[in-house]
Amino acid sequence: MAIYLDHAATTPVHPEVKEAMLPYLEQQFGNPSSIHGFGREIRNAVDRARDQIAGALHAAPGQVIFTSGGTEADNLALIGVARALREQGKDHVVTTQIEHHAVLDTCEFLEEIGFRVTYVPVDATGLVSMNELRQAVDDRTALISVMYGNNEVGTLQPVEEIGAFAREQGILFHSDAVQAFGVEPLDVQRLPVDLLTISSHKINGPKGVGALYVDRDVPLRPLAHGGQQERRRRAGTENVPGIVGFGRAAQIAMGNREQYREHTSRCRQAMLEELESAGVTFTVNGHPERHLPHILNLSFPGADTEVMLMNLDLEGIACASGSACTSGTLELSHVLKAMHLPDEILRSAIRFSFGRGNTEEEVRQAAQTIAATVKRLTEQSK
Amino acid sequence: MVYLDNSATTQPDPEVIRVMSDVMRDIYGNPSSLHGLGGKAERLLKQARETVARILGVSPQSLVFTSGGTEANNTAIKGVAYQHRGRGRHLITTQVEHAAVYEVCRQLEKWGWEVTYLPVDQQGRVRPEDVAAALQEDTVLVSVMHVNNEMGTVQPIPEIGRLLQDYPKVLFHVDAVQSIGKLEVRPREWGVDLMSFSGHKFHGPKGVGCLYVREGVTLSPLLVGGGQEGGFRSGTQNMPGIVGFTKAAVLAEQRRAEAVPRMYRWKQEMIEAVTDRLQDVRINGDTSEKGGAPHILSLSFPGLKSEVIVHALEEKGVAVSSKSACSSKGEEPSRVLKAMGLDDETAVGSIRISTGADNRDEDIQRGIEALTAVIPRLQHVMKGGS
Repeated sequence: MAIYLDHAATTPVHPEVKEAMLPYLEQQFGNPSSIHGFGREIRNAVDRARDQIAGALHAAPGQVIFTSGGTEADNLALIGVARALREQGKDHVVTTQIEHHAVLDTCEFLEEIGFRVTYVPVDATGLVSMNELRQAVDDRTALISVMYGNNEVGTLQPVEEIGAFAREQGILFHSDAVQAFGVEPLDVQRLPVDLLTISSHKINGPKGVGALYVDRDVPLRPLAHGGQQERRRRAGTENVPGIVGFGRAAQIAMGNREQYREHTSRCRQAMLEELESAGVTFTVNGHPERHLPHILNLSFPGADTEVMLMNLDLEGIACASGSACTSGTLELSHVLKAMHLPDEILRSAIRFSFGRGNTEEEVRQAAQTIAATVKRLTEQSK
Repeated sequence: MVYLDNSATTQPDPEVIRVMSDVMRDIYGNPSSLHGLGGKAERLLKQARETVARILGVSPQSLVFTSGGTEANNTAIKGVAYQHRGRGRHLITTQVEHAAVYEVCRQLEKWGWEVTYLPVDQQGRVRPEDVAAALQEDTVLVSVMHVNNEMGTVQPIPEIGRLLQDYPKVLFHVDAVQSIGKLEVRPREWGVDLMSFSGHKFHGPKGVGCLYVREGVTLSPLLVGGGQEGGFRSGTQNMPGIVGFTKAAVLAEQRRAEAVPRMYRWKQEMIEAVTDRLQDVRINGDTSEKGGAPHILSLSFPGLKSEVIVHALEEKGVAVSSKSACSSKGEEPSRVLKAMGLDDETAVGSIRISTGADNRDEDIQRGIEALTAVIPRLQHVMKGGS
């Protein structure tokens, strides 16, 4: 049986989530836009899920737009705000060098359509430089987009500080909270964010659904046209079973958030302890304190990432080089590069990410296998 | 409740639900992950793509899974318009497209593109010669739906595709969301460059669709960041949804030969019943076996309000729709029916009855009974009777 240590890539669907979805595949199949009873009942289910998501963020239901996932939510946030604010003469976006590709590639697209984008650097722990961020904005900056917690190294960004700065400057602030949702306390009443991206399949919900929180008065142009769904901000028949599953997953995640944090922290700690006692050489990438509890990015100098991944896979340990979304490629991580880590650290980095199904026991077992593999590979290369 | 609103959405087939449920339980990996669990998901994704490709007679590489028909249409039209904006900024479509095409074109107009909306004849059909006449030096895309979602008229797609062969720089997009399981769909043979599909219209799940992009066609993606789906559509693939879509497509294709004559017979029975037993009824669109889709019937009752009819039928246990579900909340008369020459009064009194693979003869009988009971009563009330 494989040990799955890649929860930052995707998570298994919680059995209760699946149970919640099935009625909306079976009998409750109507189109929520239909005016007959089949449609109305489905509309209610979508509304309940919206309440669940809004509740998890302390938002109002009307501030939640369901999307097909985190990528679409990021695209919608950036392009939607940029297009709307261009009408007011804004043509600049500030982001960081370590965002998920869903944000970075969208920024590239914005550059193609005439926006200027500043990619703020980070330090060696992956923390964004507040000074550089402050200097990056100008009077035509429409939006600042900084992720809540990094998906590769787990570093938590100073979102409160960035948000407060953005407010002061009258600039809108978006945060990709895909990895933080279900783990960190995300309270939009307290957090100075205007837009926030979350995704279902990272919290034991189904794939194919996500959401964008959008504060009132935030101007947003839709990405997809052709239908009045989601208050005209996202056209297309709602993925009802997906939305219902996402709502249920969020509800479960909120109920267990503290235990989940403790659990994943213990798994992370167990991995570190075992590797240390096994006497292998490794470094931890990311911030020593300000990090998501479920992500652990390690480098084993001398053990090439690709070779390690292959060997660990054969040993039944599923982990990742970085983001799964750099779609099957083994390019060097843009995040680690932005942290200016030495080449041997870059080339031997592995991301372990823990989740609901893991036990401390299996993590220790995995760590021993990892240690043995590292020793074997580094001794071979000597 | 008898469900006769299958053009709005359909009930997923039990086999579809079963495969989706299995995928959710067993194959939860991210297909982009390099480890074994990711590999398992990736193989399943590959299989799904190959299966759909076989059904459509296209190459697996030419299929892009999306979150639905609306996203597929948006990707195709905006993607081509934007990618080829240097070559030209003119698009041709029709007055009877689904909102997911029509509204996209309206949006492009706001962004500086020029769009020609071709008229249709009284049956709702566009004339290929009008397409030819509308072509300009700077035309980059022609977008015409296959089956109209409001009245079922089938558009002359192969003819338009043939005439566009002489204009290799003009791309041809077809919204075929209503077609799978009812009509044969051959994008390659028809000279189509882009074609949109939606899972929940043929007993598959909501939240998943597909866009055929002929190999060699380039477009600017609607969603970026990750590079999945050959770079045409980023975002972690909705694995259960894609597998459900594929299973539904296989079943729809297997059942088509026996389902279509049955749906067509139902349509004829309904037409006969309403013409025999009701007054002041108009049947919209082409209802011939070749010219109309077998599953959609559009009826108009001038003087009545479609929403009132829908609710009255619902009380009798029959679900139909006023027009497209995607615009069913508006009070305005249907743009599509008006384009066919219906006056406002007739258009606002229109309903759509649409059958699915899971309907039975009894459903149609109950539908006919409900219609023939409800309509005369409403007409009587409207004429000031007691």
